[in-house]
Amino acid sequence: MKLSDFAGELSLEVKTCKEGLEREITGVYVSDLLSDVMANSRAGDIWITLQTHLNIVAVAGMKNLAGIIIVGGRKLPEDTRQKAEAEKIPIMTTPLPAFEAAGRMYRKLKEQG
Amino acid sequence: MPINIDKEIEGSFQIIGGNFVNAGEASTQLKLLLTKLGVDEDIIRRTAIATFEAEMNVIIYAAAGRMHYHITPRGISIKVDDMGPGIEDIELAMQEGYSTAPDWVREMGWGAGMGLPNMKKNSDIFKIDSVVGEGTTIEMVINFPQQ
Repeated sequence: MKLSDFAGELSLEVKTCKEGLEREITGVYVSDLLSDVMANSRAGDIWITLQTHLNIVAVAGMKNLAGIIIVGGRKLPEDTRQKAEAEKIPIMTTPLPAFEAAGRMYRKLKEQG
Repeated sequence: MPINIDKEIEGSFQIIGGNFVNAGEASTQLKLLLTKLGVDEDIIRRTAIATFEAEMNVIIYAAAGRMHYHITPRGISIKVDDMGPGIEDIELAMQEGYSTAPDWVREMGWGAGMGLPNMKKNSDIFKIDSVVGEGTTIEMVINFPQQ
């Protein structure tokens, strides 16, 4: 499945690296603790979080994550947006809270088998 | 992919305390180098986690520090030393969930007490030495898989 397959379902607004939406996603990881994401996310995962500061870009890059979905309609700071664009990390925002965003992605991924 | 290391490679990065903007720069550079050398993906993943956490600790707690790496045909040795406050009780600091990070660092999602345990888990040899008021030195070795 691709990131773009979730765009409608999660009302995603793409903030950076539009071409990254065609990447294949292998899983989803939900966490707001950066060391937890470092330790337990897997390459190719989409990361769902409410964190918006610069360091999320470095974490996603280090772990080869497929992209970041920022929940709860939080705004993406300009410095984070620029860094993500430069490092080709797709960042999207959704008005949904983490529970609902994760739930919808889980259902869709399971339906696919 | 074969590991393309016929001679030893070493180098180091300076890390500036409090510089969250460039956090991850040193570990990213090392990761790029390992990728270029064709190092095993799992080794790169473990090195990335261990070095990123070590780098973050310097940025969070110390005034400055240095990450030195030494790559040989056998594996990767990393030494991170800092001019920081030092750790009073290393045993306590090694416990998962224990952290002395201030609230504003925790609000960023750091300071969950996972840094040192993550470093230890991802390295084959992990040593930590600290003097209160002087600084902390961490040495990690990650071995390449034996052919």
